[in-house]
Amino acid sequence: MTISKLLTPLGLGVVLGLVAFIVFGPLLNLVMWAFAEQWFYPNRLPTGWGFSFWERVFRPRAGAWTSLFNTVLVACSAVLLSMALAIPAGYALARQALPARSVIMLLFLLPQAFPNLPIFVNIAAIFYQWGLNGTLVGVVLVHSLPGLVYAVWITTAAFSAVDRSLEEAARNLGASPLRSFTDITLPQALPGLLAASIFVFLDSIDEFTGTFFVGAPEITTLPLLMFNASMGGNYQVAAITALILLIPSVGFMLVIERFLKADVLARVGR
Amino acid sequence: MTTSSSQVHSLAVPNRRLPRISLGMLLVLPALTAILLLYALPLARSLVTAFRDSSGAWTTDHVVRAFSLYGRDMLFSVGVVSVSLALIAAISIAISGYLVLGATPWAVRLLRWLYRWPLFIPFVVTGQIARSFLATNGMMNNVLVETGLMASSSAQSFLDWRGLVLTFAWKQVPFVTLLLAGAMAAVDRSHIEAARNAGANRLRCLFEIVLPQAAPSLWVGLILSLVAMLSVLSVPMMLISGNPTMMTAMMAHRITYYGDYGIANALGLFSYALTAVTAWVYLRLTLRREATA
Repeated sequence: MTISKLLTPLGLGVVLGLVAFIVFGPLLNLVMWAFAEQWFYPNRLPTGWGFSFWERVFRPRAGAWTSLFNTVLVACSAVLLSMALAIPAGYALARQALPARSVIMLLFLLPQAFPNLPIFVNIAAIFYQWGLNGTLVGVVLVHSLPGLVYAVWITTAAFSAVDRSLEEAARNLGASPLRSFTDITLPQALPGLLAASIFVFLDSIDEFTGTFFVGAPEITTLPLLMFNASMGGNYQVAAITALILLIPSVGFMLVIERFLKADVLARVGR
Repeated sequence: MTTSSSQVHSLAVPNRRLPRISLGMLLVLPALTAILLLYALPLARSLVTAFRDSSGAWTTDHVVRAFSLYGRDMLFSVGVVSVSLALIAAISIAISGYLVLGATPWAVRLLRWLYRWPLFIPFVVTGQIARSFLATNGMMNNVLVETGLMASSSAQSFLDWRGLVLTFAWKQVPFVTLLLAGAMAAVDRSHIEAARNAGANRLRCLFEIVLPQAAPSLWVGLILSLVAMLSVLSVPMMLISGNPTMMTAMMAHRITYYGDYGIANALGLFSYALTAVTAWVYLRLTLRREATA
């Protein structure tokens, strides 16, 4: 008796329907909250639907635009900073004979191997002395820490997946080291570098703890806005903000495999 | 390789040997400095602050008080994290096992498309989703009541340890499954076919052939999930009101209400200790992988 005989198409359909409900049910619930004008216990469905909360959230000077702007600005800055640091480091870690390479790699692994909340708390205390608390620079820096770790891992993997013989061929044909890097190495590593940028971007958009300690209350990002709305019991505003935060996450989830190829993925962390 | 240009290069090598190494260090240095300032310095500060009193003298007072004040929260955290990890492992093995060994192509394709939706959904959003879905009047209870699986009088809020476990599993299963299914797909098909020909059913195939070979990826996924669960602040703050709760929420509480870095960092020590064990496993795995590579 095999499983395929036990699980008839009907049984499979029921199980997959259950999986679909577990995956999409909570998301559907969120969407319902975003468009619910009136929804009081014990009604199973909202008694009034509409866009009035959307207007309230996106009213000029309501704070949502500032938060959205802050979120995108911080995420893009964190991507630029992390990649600017990670591309040379990743190239060197993949290609150059470095003394104590494994120690360096370990140092870039550690921030993801231990809980980061105590780190953020103490970064906030240090930034307070440096006058960086409540500033955009401080928030970008705190977002760049997890970003940098991902970026170094993925860029290192991306550069070590590049075919060396092509570079050697270019050098043999008389290309300068810089030329062979920009014309041969960089284009081949580009999908991996884009994947790293996407990870840093997503991580920055997801970042709550660091902003909570370093940025608040001066700097509000969308996650903080959503958190405050939710804790204040304003589920509609929280749901609308959450939906905005979902757009890049789901979008990237659908295209990620185009950027992060299996050969790069297999080299991450080595 | 014996073209004139490469001969010129090989002649130049003795002079360039030393600068080449330092060029590599030069390239790594900016990132290394950033990680030292943003990670090593705060880490050192958290370790030192946990053992220093207000006058700067060494003390174990914070650690003792952290245990007496938050012992229940520590146990709660360990419990929630263990149950979540068990649930994540079970579901991930089931999904990736079916993805690799499933015999119905349409079901495999549908499951592959379905499972990964929560993959990149931010933790804060997951918290809000759970807050509305698992509440007394949330969609989960409503559907259970409407389908007649539960009486409406027995509808209760799941916003306690069960809510945390379900939320963590919902968010982390896609991630662990992605890693595990990738590793399972890399298992040599001939091993599976040989076992199948010898009469092993799919379930035995999964647990005796495929899973043992893909186990390192499962471990890595579970360790990273453990670290994520012990790091996330928003989800416990949004799901749990009152005590006991996750240690992250208690650390934040200690900082925002009392400005008490000593006890907060002592609590941090405990979360390090919890992951130190898994970090050791992680290192052993990487070392073994490097030894075989």
